[in-house]
Amino acid sequence: MSGPQRNSNNARESITSFDIHFTRYIDNDGKVVGALPDIAKDPDALIPLYRAMVLNRAFDTKAIALQRTGKLGTYASSLGQEAVFIAVGAVMKKQDVLVPYYRECGAQFLRGVTMTELLLYWAGDERGMDYAGPREDLPICVPIASQIPQAAGVALAMKYRREPRVAVTMFGDGATSKGDFYEAANAAGVWNLPLVFVVINNQWAISVPLREQTRCETLAQKAIAAGFPGEQVDGNDVIAVFDRFSAAMEKARTGGGPTLIEAITYRLSDHTTADDATRYRSDEELRTHWEREPIKRLRQYLITTGYWDQQRDEQLQQKCELEVEQATQAYLDTPPPEPESMFDYLYANLPGALQPQRDDLAKKVKQACQS
Amino acid sequence: MPELNLIEAVNKALAFELAADENVVILGEDVGVNGGVFRATVGLQQRFGEQRVLDTPLAETLIAGVAVGMASQGLRPVAEIQFMGFIYSTVDQILNHASRLRNRTRGRLTCPMVLRAPYGGGIHAPEHHSESYEAMFAHIPGLRVVIPSSPARAYGLLLASIRDPDPVIFLEPKRIYRLIKQEVVDNGDGLPLDTCYTLRQGSDVTLVSWGAMLHETQQAAEQLVNDGISAEVIDVATLKPLDMQTILDSVSKTGRCVIVHEAARTAGFGAEIAAQLLEHGLLSLLAPVKRVTGYDTVMPLYRLEEFYLPGVDQIITAVREVVEFG
Ligand SMILES: Cc1ncc(C[n+]2csc(CCOP(=O)(O)OP(=O)(O)O)c2C)c(N)n1
Ligand SMILES: [Mg+2]
Repeated sequence: MSGPQRNSNNARESITSFDIHFTRYIDNDGKVVGALPDIAKDPDALIPLYRAMVLNRAFDTKAIALQRTGKLGTYASSLGQEAVFIAVGAVMKKQDVLVPYYRECGAQFLRGVTMTELLLYWAGDERGMDYAGPREDLPICVPIASQIPQAAGVALAMKYRREPRVAVTMFGDGATSKGDFYEAANAAGVWNLPLVFVVINNQWAISVPLREQTRCETLAQKAIAAGFPGEQVDGNDVIAVFDRFSAAMEKARTGGGPTLIEAITYRLSDHTTADDATRYRSDEELRTHWEREPIKRLRQYLITTGYWDQQRDEQLQQKCELEVEQATQAYLDTPPPEPESMFDYLYANLPGALQPQRDDLAKKVKQACQS
Repeated sequence: MPELNLIEAVNKALAFELAADENVVILGEDVGVNGGVFRATVGLQQRFGEQRVLDTPLAETLIAGVAVGMASQGLRPVAEIQFMGFIYSTVDQILNHASRLRNRTRGRLTCPMVLRAPYGGGIHAPEHHSESYEAMFAHIPGLRVVIPSSPARAYGLLLASIRDPDPVIFLEPKRIYRLIKQEVVDNGDGLPLDTCYTLRQGSDVTLVSWGAMLHETQQAAEQLVNDGISAEVIDVATLKPLDMQTILDSVSKTGRCVIVHEAARTAGFGAEIAAQLLEHGLLSLLAPVKRVTGYDTVMPLYRLEEFYLPGVDQIITAVREVVEFG
C-alpha cells in the first residue's frame, strides 16, 4: 500500500515544513560575515575567480560596443551577474556538462568556449556553437526553460553509464514559471539525477519583475515541491556561490541527487542590446544595485586582506582588454560561412530530396558573386 | 516463420535493438511493467531492466527533452508518446531542438532519437485520441517522419529509425495495430528509409497513401480490377524527406494519381505530393490529381468517425473520375 500512514488522533495537523537557507560570506561593502570557507583564505584560488570576473566584464563591455557600432547582433549582457557564472564555471570539472541558457558567457569561457566562438554566435554564425573546447556541452538556448528537460536527459545519460559526472543547467527567474522547469525538476527528484539547477534570479524577466512572476517567497523552495533541496545564495558574493555550488556538485557526483541553487543577483544591464530598461525600472533602483555589484565587492575584500592591490588591478584590466581585443580581431577576421553550409549539417547525409534545393542555392550564390 | 501483427512487430524490433545496442534506451509513460498502453513494450523491462526501459513521470515535454538530452550525449533514446493527441507539447523540443541540434552545432552534437506515437482514428477511442497530424511534423526541416503500413515494414522501418543518426518521428497507425498478421523475420534487418514502397504494380492510375489508409487503398485497387482498371499502389512510408522520384516514375507510366490520406485535406501532406507532381510531372498527367482525405473538420468523436474516415468507395469513385476524365 502506498500513501501516508498516520497514527495520530488529531483531525488536522501539520505533516511537513521546510526551511530555505540563504548564504552570504562577504557583504555589500566587502566585509566578512560569519566563518569563511577555505576558498576565502586561499588567494591562489580566489584571484583566478577575480580575473575571470574581470575578463567576463571586459568581454561584455566590448560585445555591447560592437553591437552599438553595427558589428554584432543582439547580445545578452551578464553585467552584474558575473560572480555566479564564474563560480559555476570554476567549480565544474572538465567531464561535467553545462546546459546553458544565454547569459552565462563567463561560465562558458571557463569551460573552454572561446570569446571568438561566442562573438560568432551573437553575430549570427552557427560555427560559434561548434565549441572546440567542451565538445559535449550544449549550446546557448534561446527558448526559455526548454534546455532544462534536456539537462535532465544529459544527467540521465550520465547516471545510465554510471559515470561520476554532473550536469549543470542555468536559467533565469522567469524560466521558473515554465512547465519545462517543473517537469524537469520533478523528474530529477524521481530519478535522483546528478543534476544541479542554478537559477539566476536577477529580479527581472525583460520588463516583468519577480513579484509578477511568482508569489513564492523564494524560487529555491520550488525544489522542495520536487522532493530535493533548494537554497539561496548571495549571487554577488563569489565565495558564497563557490562554496554552496561546490557542495551541491559534490553531492550530485556521489549519488546524492539534485540540488537547486537560487542565486540572488541583479541584471545591471538592459535585458539585451535590443531592450531599453529605463522604460520599466527606476534609476534609483539601478543605483542601489550598482552598490552591491560583485566585482567591486570581491576587489574590496582582496585588497583588505592584502591579496591584491591597485597596481595589479590596473595591469589585470589592461591584460583582459587586450585578450578581448585579440578575440574580437579573430572574430572580425573570420570570413562568413559558405551559404551552402545551411544544407550540410541538416542531416548526417543530405537526402536526395534536398539536393535540388542545395543546387538552387549554389546558383543563387554564384549569381550574387557575379553581380 | 512467425506471423506477427503490427504492434508485435514493433515490440520485436525494440527488443532486437535493445539487445544489439546498449545505447538504446526506451522511455515513456507506462512503458515499463505495464508494457505500454498498446503493449508495444511488453516484456521489455522484465528482460532488459529498469535502466533500459524507463517509466517516466506523466510529462510529455519532459519525455521529449530528456530524449534530446540523452541523444546529445550519444545514447539512442526511443521515446513513446501514448497517443498523438498528447504529442503537441513535445513540438517545442522537436522543432526548436531535436531537428536542429546537428545544424546549430555544425555537427558537434547530434540527436539520434526516435519519438514513437500511435496515431489516427478508427478504434472508437476517446476524444483527442484519433487525429492525424503527420503533416505538421513533415513541415519541419531536419526531421524524418516515418509511418509503417504493415507488420514487416513496421519492424524494418523502426529498426532503421533507431539506427538513423538523426531524429525520427515514427507514427504508428493504431487502427491496424492488430488488423493484419504477416510473416516477419526477426533477423534485425532494417528497411531503407527515405524511399517509397511500391506495393502493387499497375498501369492506369497511381494510388499514393501511407499508414492505415493503405489498407483501404489496396482493397480499392483489388476491386478496381473488376472494372478493368489497373492501379499501382505506393506506400510513401517516409514522408520526410520524401522520395518523390518513385511517385513521379509511377505517374509517368500511369498518367493519373489519386492521393489518399486520413488527415484533414487543407495543407495535408497530399497537397505537397500534388504540388510536386505539378512541378515535375505535369506533362505526364492525363487527368487532374485527386485527393481522397479526411474533411477539414475537427475529428469527430467516435459515433461519427466512420463518416470522417475515407473509405474504399470514395477511393474507387475518385479513381473512376480520373480514369474517365476528358
Ligand atoms: C519560451 C520563450 N518565451 C519568451 C521568450 C522571449 N524572452 C527572451 S528572454 C525573456 C525573459 C527571460 O527572463 P529570465 O528567465 O528571468 O532570464 P534573464 O533574461 O532575466 O536572465 C523572454 C520573455 C523566449 N526567448 N522564450
Ligand atoms: Mg531574470
